[in-house]
Amino acid sequence: MSKPKTTASAGVTTTEERVYVTLMVADQLFGVPIHAVQDVLGPQRINSIPLAPSEVAGSLNLRGRIVTAIDLRKRLGLPTRAADQPGMSVVVDHNGELYSLLMDQAGEVMSLPAADFEPYPSTLDPLWQEVTSGIYQLDGRLLVILEIERLLDFGKAKAA
Amino acid sequence: MDDLLREFLTESAESLAVLDLELVRLEKNPNDQELLSNIFRLVHTVKGTCGFLGLPRLEAVAHAGENVLGRIREGKLSVDAQAITLILTSIDCIKSILAEIERTEAEPEGNDADLIARLNAFAESADAPATVAPTPAEPVVAKVEAAPAAPAHVETAAPSAAKPGAKPAEGGPATAEATQTIRVNVGLLENLMNLVSEMVLTRNQLLQIVRGRNDTELTVPLQRLSHTTTELQEGVMKTRMQPIGNAWNQLPRIVRDLARDLGKEITLEMHGAETELDRQVLELIKDPLTHMVRNSGDHGLEKPEDRRAAGKPDTGKIVLEAFHEGGHIIVKISDDGRGLALKRIKDKALQQGLVTETDLAQMSENQIQQLIFRAGFSTAEKVTNVSGRGVGMDVVRTNIEKIGGTIEMKSVEGKGTTFTIKIPLTLAIVSALIVECANERFAVPQINVVELVRAGGKSDHAIEKINGTPVLRLREALLPLVSLRRLLKLDATDIAEPDEAFVIVTAVGSQHFGIIVDRVFDTEEIVVKPVAPILRDISLYSGNTILGDGSVVMILDPNGIASTSGAGEISDDRTTEEAHAAARGEDRSAILLFRAGGNTPKAVPLSLVARLEEIDVAAIERSNGMPVVQYRGQLMPLVTVNDNAAIKDTGRQPVVVFTDDSRSMGLIVDEITDIVEDTFALELASGQPGVVGSAVIAGKATEVIDVAYYMGIIHADWTHAATGDEHKRVLLVDDSPFFRNLLKPLLAVAGYEVTAVESAEEALRLRDRGESFDVIVSDITMPGIDGCALASEIRSGGAWQATPLVALAANASDIQRGQAAGFNDLAAKFDREAIVSKVSQTLLNLQGAA
Repeated sequence: MSKPKTTASAGVTTTEERVYVTLMVADQLFGVPIHAVQDVLGPQRINSIPLAPSEVAGSLNLRGRIVTAIDLRKRLGLPTRAADQPGMSVVVDHNGELYSLLMDQAGEVMSLPAADFEPYPSTLDPLWQEVTSGIYQLDGRLLVILEIERLLDFGKAKAA
Repeated sequence: MDDLLREFLTESAESLAVLDLELVRLEKNPNDQELLSNIFRLVHTVKGTCGFLGLPRLEAVAHAGENVLGRIREGKLSVDAQAITLILTSIDCIKSILAEIERTEAEPEGNDADLIARLNAFAESADAPATVAPTPAEPVVAKVEAAPAAPAHVETAAPSAAKPGAKPAEGGPATAEATQTIRVNVGLLENLMNLVSEMVLTRNQLLQIVRGRNDTELTVPLQRLSHTTTELQEGVMKTRMQPIGNAWNQLPRIVRDLARDLGKEITLEMHGAETELDRQVLELIKDPLTHMVRNSGDHGLEKPEDRRAAGKPDTGKIVLEAFHEGGHIIVKISDDGRGLALKRIKDKALQQGLVTETDLAQMSENQIQQLIFRAGFSTAEKVTNVSGRGVGMDVVRTNIEKIGGTIEMKSVEGKGTTFTIKIPLTLAIVSALIVECANERFAVPQINVVELVRAGGKSDHAIEKINGTPVLRLREALLPLVSLRRLLKLDATDIAEPDEAFVIVTAVGSQHFGIIVDRVFDTEEIVVKPVAPILRDISLYSGNTILGDGSVVMILDPNGIASTSGAGEISDDRTTEEAHAAARGEDRSAILLFRAGGNTPKAVPLSLVARLEEIDVAAIERSNGMPVVQYRGQLMPLVTVNDNAAIKDTGRQPVVVFTDDSRSMGLIVDEITDIVEDTFALELASGQPGVVGSAVIAGKATEVIDVAYYMGIIHADWTHAATGDEHKRVLLVDDSPFFRNLLKPLLAVAGYEVTAVESAEEALRLRDRGESFDVIVSDITMPGIDGCALASEIRSGGAWQATPLVALAANASDIQRGQAAGFNDLAAKFDREAIVSKVSQTLLNLQGAA
């Protein structure tokens, strides 16, 4: 929990570096801009919300604040996580509201040169295109950067 | 001490403290224009408030000080030590006077001519820049607070001495008032609130652990901790709540000024100032409220001569009201002014291109009135300095909607306008009932809960189903039920419905309905938190909250449940406006739908139905050629809707039971199809016996059954038997949609053809259109033309001169007034039977007389 916060300041000082918290969802590595991240949580008790969009896993209590839990697998059209696999989540702040993004595993904090950031391939699944701003090519794997704003915009997208 | 005065003292103490610092800074940076402007503004504010509070001595000093600052600002005087000293001295003088005011609540005797003269002389020296003769005086006596009556002394010491010399009064009594209240950032309070919530949770966990261990050593301190935590929680919650009166404090003054400026006489009445609401919400509605009160005073109320001409007292009245209702805070602003002229609104709306003629033709009066909330709308014929400056009602509406509130307006031309603002309890604390359904817990605001009924199992009540629609018989009435499990689509879960369930009897407006849940826990004080934006479209929730055990639960919104479930399948297509109308319970009533003798759906108001039964066909006997059944120790006759309908040969026969006093009747039906909430507007009168007419209910053309007709067939002595083929026409005039809804079907089933209108004006329009009625039933108390005035108007001449009039009287004084005005008869408004019998009697008398 304290880890992302300490490295955050390092990210600010080097202007050409961008800092991400990485997370694992169904064997895919994703990155979330560190400035949006508030917390990384272990498995939590989540209270379900009847009638909520399917992407909404429920709500949880984070030190007296109500956090809406978003199931990243659902949001990204991935298969549901096995029941025996405890999930983790990153808590992000979006317009003053807290959301917890349910993932399989928290990764590390990565500082990456801004110059290496590249657009996603045009053949990417449209659902993913919608929530991604671009990717980084890392050693042996690809890091997909999630755009929080669009990731949390599904309510309106559906209504429109 | 007067609140206003206290606020002034607190504010002034703050301003003066800032002034001290700023003046010193100005001395160091004489060319800092921004600093100078700020100082000027602060002194100006102090001066302004003094004048308003009637503190002439204070005002005179502040005024002189302001003069000097004005010269400096104009560049006619330069900022030097002498100037600063002089100003600081005046500020010290103000402080000492303030200290005295705080002590005695009155301005001390005395005069500051000496100081003022110096200040003025200094200010004038700018115009005659020859000499700025430093007036010699005794040195430094800034600590004047000890002798407030003594004239303040002015120091003309060297610059170096000026600063320290001016300071001593700072810590003096003037700041004592400031220490009574402190201003705290709302963010800090919010943070405290979260910390306390977390603390409560931890406390609860600890209690749980200790309970398991039976460790007596821990019990006592833990109890103390628990107690303290609860108090702390309450305390912190309270910090956020403020009485709405705080937002109203300034209004009397504004209204007074307004009255003076516009040459009107206005009184302002305020009720419910103690109603508490969240501080943040309070701040946000302050400006809209002020604006609306100004509007009422400016546009709403007439000048005394116009009021006299309209037969009203010279003094106009603005009434502010606040109260809690259905989990909301309602604020009403009403005036007895000229009301909104529909024609002017129409003209204006057309002129500004907000609507077309066609639109207008289709709009109801109410809808037209709501146009004033549209952007860019202002009917003020001239722009006054008070209102009509483009900050219209649309801004007010936007501001109120921003905090999740709604605003409505009702206006009667010539009588006045009422605005109703409904603010949700966002962030407020409410008492809620915690319930469980399919292992999920929910909170229901206690304010909506009428009672709890245990049903099924060994209890006295059972939930019965009519074609899958659950109902509950509660004290001889049928209560429509909503299954929370179904509503929230929780049926998919494998948790079986328990044998025993609970029904939460809920009131939304005038409607009652029951919500079926599995279990009921305790009531808890909950902090309502708004739901995440993603979930805001779900109308069933009004918020969410964290319970004592740390879990997050959704708060159910009975209004949303009523509107979602009431309309059944068509709920999705409903516009928000309609949903709101449903939530307010306007023009909607519960209707029982069934099939009998043919495929056309048939309906009857649920309020007339006593019970729904299924009787064993074998139990049906015949008496006097009529099918009867033994029912509750009596013989109950059974009737079929028409000749096509027949009693089943075997099995159980569904029957709708109607009762009137001791008589009852069973109507044979093929199938009960549904209970819906819908408007009950007869669209086609019918010549067919036994059918009142047709109405569109739940989207289908439906025949509305004339219960009185069948009662008449069976019980020849049925008092208000209708002739069946010839319907008497009744005009019902009542401003309350509730009563119109109640009486219209009542009179309709008694065999009358009812036309209901909501105002006397509308009734008179019908007269002018040449409509005729056999009897007119009118409420006495109505906005606009009231019942008595309507009666006088009708009796004074015209087509209806001889039409019998029956008044609905709500109290004794109405009776006298009513008779004087020309009503033939009066019925107590709340006695349904009396109303029907009075109507039939009046008609009978008339026939007898003819």
